[in-house]
Amino acid sequence: MTVPALAQRRAAEAAPPASRRPWRDDLVGWTFAAPFVILFGIFLAFPILASFVLSFTSFGLKDLANPVGSTVVGLKNYVDLFSDPVFWTALFNTFYFVIVGVPLTLVFGLLIATALNRGVSRFRTVFRVGYYLPVITSIVAIAVVWRFLLDPDVGLINMALGGLGINGPAWLADPVLAMPSIIAMAVWRNLGFAMIVFLAGLQAIPAMLYEAAAIDGAGRWQGFRYVTLPMLRPTILFMTVITTIGYLQLFEEPFVMTAGGPLNKTLSITMYMYQQGFTFFHQGFASSIAYVLFVIVAIVAFLQFKFLRSDT
Amino acid sequence: MTAASASAPALARPAPGGGRTSPNMWIYVLLVGGLVLMVGPFLWMLLGSIKPQADFLRAPTLMPSTPTTDNYQRLFDQLDFPRFFFNSSVVALAVTVGNLVFCPMLGYALAKLRWRGKRLIMGLVLATLMVPAGITLIPNFILMSNLGLVNSYPGLILPFLAGPFGVFLMRQFMFGVPNELLEAARMDGANEFRIFWAVVVPIAAPVLATLGILTFLGNWNSFLYPLVMAQSPQMYTLPVALATFATGQYQADHGMLMAGSVILVVPVLIVFIVFQRWITEGIATTGLKG
Repeated sequence: MTVPALAQRRAAEAAPPASRRPWRDDLVGWTFAAPFVILFGIFLAFPILASFVLSFTSFGLKDLANPVGSTVVGLKNYVDLFSDPVFWTALFNTFYFVIVGVPLTLVFGLLIATALNRGVSRFRTVFRVGYYLPVITSIVAIAVVWRFLLDPDVGLINMALGGLGINGPAWLADPVLAMPSIIAMAVWRNLGFAMIVFLAGLQAIPAMLYEAAAIDGAGRWQGFRYVTLPMLRPTILFMTVITTIGYLQLFEEPFVMTAGGPLNKTLSITMYMYQQGFTFFHQGFASSIAYVLFVIVAIVAFLQFKFLRSDT
Repeated sequence: MTAASASAPALARPAPGGGRTSPNMWIYVLLVGGLVLMVGPFLWMLLGSIKPQADFLRAPTLMPSTPTTDNYQRLFDQLDFPRFFFNSSVVALAVTVGNLVFCPMLGYALAKLRWRGKRLIMGLVLATLMVPAGITLIPNFILMSNLGLVNSYPGLILPFLAGPFGVFLMRQFMFGVPNELLEAARMDGANEFRIFWAVVVPIAAPVLATLGILTFLGNWNSFLYPLVMAQSPQMYTLPVALATFATGQYQADHGMLMAGSVILVVPVLIVFIVFQRWITEGIATTGLKG
C-alpha cells in the first residue's frame, strides 16, 4: 500500500458516517455485504475448511453420493504422502521451477522496466503492450504454441538452430532439458507482469533523488544501486511473494507440454494432486496434497516478508 | 573558471534521469530485440494456423507454402469450436457481471460504512487472496456433484461470482472517495443505497471497467476448475477443449492446434489492445493479478 493510500485509509477510518443508531448501521452494512459474503462462504471459505477435514478421510469415488459417510483415517494420508517418493519428486520439481524461475522473471522484468523508464520516450506504449501480451494470454494456448516451437522435427527453434549448423535436442522429451524449457516459457510469459508493476514503482521515485545522487558524483550504475533498488524494495518484495505463490501452483504448462514427463521430471505438486484426485479419485489423499501446498505457500510468503523486510 | 571546469565532468555525464531527453540507441536495439522474442511465438501461431497439412510433413518453413483456411474449417466441422466459444463467453460474462455487482457493494461497506463484523469479514476475504486455487477444487467438485451441477453452467459460474481480488480493488478505490461528497448526499436526505447507486457507482466507473476487464480475461483463460467441472464435450470451455485435443487424439495435428490457439487468444488480444490503458494502470495501482 502506498503512503497516500495509507493516509486516505486513516482519514476514512477516523471519520466514519456519524450515526446514533448502531443497529441501523449494522443492517445497512450487512445488506451491502451479504450477497458477496454468502457466495464467499459457500464456495470459498467452506471449501477451505472442508478440504482440511477431507484430508483426514479416505474419501473416494464411492463416497461422492454420501460425503458424510466417508471413513476417517486420521493422519494416514499425510503419513502415506511423506513416504511417497513421487510426492518428493513433485516437490523437488516445483521448487526447482520456483527457485530458478522467480529470480529470472523478476530480473528480466526489472531490466525492461528500467530501460523503458530511463532511456525510452518514444514508442513506450508499443513496448509496454508488446511485453505484456503473453501475460493476458491463456497459458494453455501458450503451452500448445511453445510445444510446437520446441518440436524437434517441425519446430521453429530447432529449425533456427539447424540453420546455424546445430542439431537441436528434443527439448521436452529430454529429462534434463524439459524443466528448463518450461521455465524459459514461464519467464517469457510472466516478465511483462513484473515489468508493469516495476514501471509503476520506478515512476514513483522522485527525480530529485537521482539529481542529488548525480551531484554527489554517482554514475548510472550507482544511481541504480543506491537510489533505485532501495526505493523499489517494497515493490520487489511484493513481486517476489506474488510470483512465488503463483509459480508454486505450476500446473497448465506440464499438463499440456509434457504430461509430467519425461520420467516425472516435470510433475508438479498441483499436477500430482489433480492426478490423485481426478484420475484415480483418491480425493481424501489429494486433499492432503492440496493442504501441504497451502502450508508451503503460507510459510514461503511469511519467510519472504520476514527476510526481505529486515535485510537492508 | 576553476569552478566551471570542476563541474564540467558532472554536466557531461548524462544524469540518470536525463536519458529521457537523449535516448540511447542501444537501449532501443535491445528492447526491439526483446520485442521480437515476445511477439515471435504469436506470429508463429498465426502462420502455423494457415499452413496446409502437407507443410508439417516436410522440413519446417517459416511461411506456409500455400495459405489455407483448412485448419479453421476442420475446427468447425469435425470439432464443435463454436460451441466451446459460446461456453467460454457465457461463463466469463456471467462471472464478470457477478463480480461487478457484488465486489463494489462489499468494497463500499468495508471502506465507508460502520457495521459490526466488518473487520472479521475484511480479514477473511483478504486472507483468501493468497490461498492456492487447488484447495477449493475437490470440495467444490463434491459440493457440485451433490447439487447435481457438475457439467452445467451454474457449476462453472457460481464459485467465481464473488472474487476476493475484486473486493481488494474496490475497497482501495472506495477509500479515495471524499467523505464530504457522501455527507452532502446524506444531508440531502438520500439513503445509503441511493448514495451508492447515484453517487459512488458513477465515480467508480473507470475502476469498474478495470475490474470487469481483468475478471473477464482471468475467467476466459481459467483452466483447472473447468477441466474438472466440464465433463462432456458440449460443456467444454475453449482452454479445456484445446488442452484435451492437444494431449489426446489431435496431438500431432499442429495446424489445427494453432488455429484453436488463435481462436482462444485473439478475442483476448483485441480486448487488451483496445483497453490496454485501463488494464495496465489498474494493475500498476493495485499491483495485483495477471
